[in-house]
Amino acid sequence: MKPATAHGSFRRILLILLFVLAASFTRALAASPPQNHSKDELLVLPGEIGHLGGRLVVALRAEPKTLNPLIAVDTASVEVIAAMQADLVHINRATQLTEPTLAKSWKMSADGLQYTLVLRRGLKFSDGHPVDADDVLFTFRTYLDEKVHAPQRDLLLFDGKPITLRKVDSQTIVFELPKSYAVAERMFDGWFILPRHLLEKPYEEGKIAQLGTLGTPASQWAGTGPFRLKEYVAGQRLVLERNSYYWKTDAKGNRLPYLDELVFLFVPSADAQALRFQSGETDIISRLGAENFSLLSREQKDYTMVDAGPSLEYNFLFFNLNDLGEKAPAEMIQKQKWFRDVKFRQAVSSAVDREAIVRLVYQGRGAALWGLVTPGNRRRWADEKLPHPPRSLERARELLKEAGFSWRAAGNGDSWLQDSGGKPVEFSIIAQSSSAERSKMAALIQDDLKQLGMRVQVVPLESRSLVDRVTQTKDYDACVLGAASPDADPNVDINVWLSSGGLHLWNPSQTHPATPWEAEIDRLLNEQMYARTFEQRKKLYDRAQEILWEYQPMIFLASADILTGAKKSVGNFRPAVLEPYVLWNVEQLYLKNDAVNATR
Amino acid sequence: MSGWFVVLVALHALVIFAGFFAPYDPTEQDRRRPYLPPMRLHFLDNQGHFHARPFAYALKLGEGSFDQYEEDIGRALPLKFMVRGANYRLLGLLPSRLHLFGAEEERIYLLGSDAYGRDQLSRFLYGGRVSLFAGLLGAGVTVLLGLCVGAAAGYYGGWRDDLLMRLAELFLALPWLYLLFALRAFLPLAVSPLEAFFLIIAVLGAVGWARPARLVRGVVLSAKERDFVRAARGFGATDGYLLRRHILPATSTVLLTQAAILVPQFILAEMTLSFLGLGVPEPVPSWGNLLSSLQQYSVLVSYWWMYLPALIMLPFFLGYLGLGSELQERTGPCKIEGRLGGLE
Repeated sequence: MKPATAHGSFRRILLILLFVLAASFTRALAASPPQNHSKDELLVLPGEIGHLGGRLVVALRAEPKTLNPLIAVDTASVEVIAAMQADLVHINRATQLTEPTLAKSWKMSADGLQYTLVLRRGLKFSDGHPVDADDVLFTFRTYLDEKVHAPQRDLLLFDGKPITLRKVDSQTIVFELPKSYAVAERMFDGWFILPRHLLEKPYEEGKIAQLGTLGTPASQWAGTGPFRLKEYVAGQRLVLERNSYYWKTDAKGNRLPYLDELVFLFVPSADAQALRFQSGETDIISRLGAENFSLLSREQKDYTMVDAGPSLEYNFLFFNLNDLGEKAPAEMIQKQKWFRDVKFRQAVSSAVDREAIVRLVYQGRGAALWGLVTPGNRRRWADEKLPHPPRSLERARELLKEAGFSWRAAGNGDSWLQDSGGKPVEFSIIAQSSSAERSKMAALIQDDLKQLGMRVQVVPLESRSLVDRVTQTKDYDACVLGAASPDADPNVDINVWLSSGGLHLWNPSQTHPATPWEAEIDRLLNEQMYARTFEQRKKLYDRAQEILWEYQPMIFLASADILTGAKKSVGNFRPAVLEPYVLWNVEQLYLKNDAVNATR
Repeated sequence: MSGWFVVLVALHALVIFAGFFAPYDPTEQDRRRPYLPPMRLHFLDNQGHFHARPFAYALKLGEGSFDQYEEDIGRALPLKFMVRGANYRLLGLLPSRLHLFGAEEERIYLLGSDAYGRDQLSRFLYGGRVSLFAGLLGAGVTVLLGLCVGAAAGYYGGWRDDLLMRLAELFLALPWLYLLFALRAFLPLAVSPLEAFFLIIAVLGAVGWARPARLVRGVVLSAKERDFVRAARGFGATDGYLLRRHILPATSTVLLTQAAILVPQFILAEMTLSFLGLGVPEPVPSWGNLLSSLQQYSVLVSYWWMYLPALIMLPFFLGYLGLGSELQERTGPCKIEGRLGGLE
């Protein structure tokens, strides 16, 4: 190891010198994106000029499980890691467009098989160690290593063949793709560059997955993000401090981030988070439910509440269409006979009152959904031809009649639905007990379907056992669930679309597509992945959306708005509808009033 | 006839005839009126005219709001009595559509509405059926079980007594809530409301018998040593005869008192279970279900009328506790002591 302090300050002086020198240079080196090379290799961000110092407190729903981007899957870990790490090319959460980050420029070859990325000069990890092409090569080697089990690994495979990297010089890397890829530079988002000098040895010893626990000493962990690890108090908080080597500045040349510290408090419930925010213990809040949002809006004093608009979250109802084989109980086989009937699913979809869901569950702060692409997607992926029929019980009854269902009058004036064999239509819907929203949706659907004569029970289940039932034991009838696309590109939902995908929830991880329409969706999605133009992709994706609508394996319900809030003293607060909703520009957030901060 | 007893009978009648007293079907949603505050009944309209028939003003949503209502002065909803409305079966047998009160144009909400626009008053009355009868039946089962076990332990004594009483202590020490969680995990995913109801009663009965059993045992122990019991045994009376004629009647007052105290306890137990989502499944109302929305912070702060069911439950609990203490006074230790004193 090196003498850290002396070395560090020397580097800092050097950096400042470099900065001054660079400022006096002319615009010699032109790269493809126009704004970021004017003075220096540092990235200059537009926006309000803030002042340095202070700390921002945010609540997290759970303790992050790890700080290691190679193995992180849970939301809390992903959110914390996003503040500590950086990628080569980043998707701007507000514009949903790509922008250069660690790579100052990129170039795609004419055949779409090669990407040449050039790193910024003078990049350093948060421990002061320089970043070069070898770190990038090392990073992708570990992500691709099967033994590491990185959850995102599949995204680097094209038809089963991995992406390959070639170093040109210490700043330039060529990525070679086995097949041209439609998503283009968006695919570089989220691949955080790992510090080779810290991780290579553990990697060779096969211990890299054990690294980056919350207990890791701050000196043994580094990244290229705006913050670095400072302190972790189990069960209470995680404190990050400014990374003074961060490579972004504001328009005046101040090194970002503005904040000295970023504190994550662990607050398990949504209600408790709202309370903490209301009492001023946290500075910024996101993922608010509509009821808490309107409550906070009503009583707002020193904070501003912002409805950032429709999110990329989609909530849906689906039936168990798994092939349960011989061991399935007779009752389940009977139920699946209904569920497999397209007309039955269409009837359910037609009977669901989506407007009521938006009104009662989201208090109007959301949008009804008829397909997977939500109004929050600004990249025009939604199929405009998709019908948005209003709720119609008549249509639902017609469909059920066509499918051979009939009604039997009960004593008290109600009538119950029965199938062609005279069996009453009864089933249960499981919903996450931790999500008040989804439980409410299920209760509304229960009442909607009661009007068709279906006897539906809602069973609230704890999240883990619900997921277990859906993906492992497959012991359920129907389920209300939600998912959020991390990006506005169709490929991020590929695991939902493909019949072999693990999130193809109604029948996950199939070896062969179970139905012709699932095979067709597989074909369309695979084809669009390698199509060259947006128009081609859009056409294929539209067709897939239409098939999904026609066969209704997922009955789409509604999408919530992203509801956020921040103290009035937080500057540059610009919530986005992509995760992390309020912390995506954390390096630019600042505290307007130092006095507020000092009294804490 | 005790005063408390009359009060309780009246309150139970309200709940038993919930179909008649409740204006609406408790599961019917009115999706245009979620979280509607209780409507106020007026005798004077806003011009100051007196109306003999009370009326409420219709409420409409405030501009751009989803849960803030304003009184619509233009639309008065006079309260009508003996109106025809939703179907129900009186005592579960006679189909009827007659309701004590209602309004003609629009639904009238005297206790407000919940998240789905369901009438809270109707839900309270119907919910009382589940909660009160779970309490009553649960107490019945408990007392019966306690009587059998206690009598057997006290009368036969010896190793039987030891075994039964150690078992009772074990049951007293059981964390019954966790037992219930475990039990629920063994049952199928979806339980019908009726199954859930009987499950609750079975659990309450199975867990609660230990205390009455110990009480009964004590009474039986002292009763079987009484002179007249010994005399009867000397004349060759069988065990069955002795228990039936002399010993068990001595336990009746203890049991009644115990039952009166257990009922409110079990109502509370049912409410706890439903509050935690282990009771009768939605949309069937029970008192616990009514209160479970208060788990949400926004409901707790924004909609005060969601507390009302908890307030209206109070007379029921007071009634039972009053009855319990009255029974205790009538047959309590002072009386027994007095009697014993007389003997000496």
